[in-house]
Amino acid sequence: MNISGQDFIFGCSAIGAGLAVIAGIGPGVGQGIAAGHAASAVGRNPGAKSDVTSTMLLGQAVAETTGLYGLLIAMLLLFVKPFT
Amino acid sequence: MNGVFLASDVDFMIKGLFSYQIFGQTVWITTTHVSLLIVFLLFVIFALFARHAIVNADPYAEPGTFQNIVELMVEMLDNMITGVMGKNATKFLGYISTLFAFILISNISGLLGLRPPTADYGVTFPLGLITFSLIFYNKIKHQGVGGFLKGLCDPWPIWAPINIIGDIAVPISISLRLFANVLSGTVMMALVYGLLYKIAWGWPGFLHIYFDLFSGAIQTYVFCMLTMTYITDAIGDS
Repeated sequence: MNISGQDFIFGCSAIGAGLAVIAGIGPGVGQGIAAGHAASAVGRNPGAKSDVTSTMLLGQAVAETTGLYGLLIAMLLLFVKPFT
Repeated sequence: MNGVFLASDVDFMIKGLFSYQIFGQTVWITTTHVSLLIVFLLFVIFALFARHAIVNADPYAEPGTFQNIVELMVEMLDNMITGVMGKNATKFLGYISTLFAFILISNISGLLGLRPPTADYGVTFPLGLITFSLIFYNKIKHQGVGGFLKGLCDPWPIWAPINIIGDIAVPISISLRLFANVLSGTVMMALVYGLLYKIAWGWPGFLHIYFDLFSGAIQTYVFCMLTMTYITDAIGDS
């Protein structure tokens, strides 16, 4: 099998894209912790459910950013192909 | 080659429609411009109808359905902005409301079959830059040049480079957040429709609810909330 330099670079970019998406672990853990604390807060004070939910969603949306940066890097490597 | 063949069916990129030369540069009119134009037209038509309903409203009669909806929307935006900005709210009501409506309609325009305009970094980065200039302008206006420089050298002058990097990161981070969220939704929908095109019939509706409606609304709220928080911080207690 003959692998040209172009193919090799594209294969390495695909591996890099896969590695970049590992960034999704962090926001997953963070959002889970936020949701767990929100659940215990609602359990302690059920009257404040709507406030707790909106605060949790806002915090989770901000926490999601780092994972999306990893996704952006993966998309750049796969579709924009900066190194080929 | 099978994977390459499948991947070529997935299409979510921005496409150029036609190009023209200006000052030796090639400028493309892309699908983003068309989507922006459609969103803008929807926005203007709705605004004209709303204005007509409000101007011709009879203060002694019962308000109609459309007038009720418009009043509800304005009231919700008013409450949201006053809740965050307090006494500074009146000056920024117009801008933040426009921003909210524009980003919301742009994000949910995936439901109309358009490529959302906010899935193009060329649309979200200017919004971030507007936020950045508003922060800068309000800091200089309300704290003075001395206060601005003192804020940069907080707590010691040696921290100034880190504070400058922190200030410059604001427009990049809020625009990338909006862009990446909408883009990830667009990519997901393109994958579903591109790879399952015989099977994807009807049931992707619930994916649209999550990726277009829920995620779009949350990100709109987050963008406006962060803009308001940063501006309120810049104004300070004065």
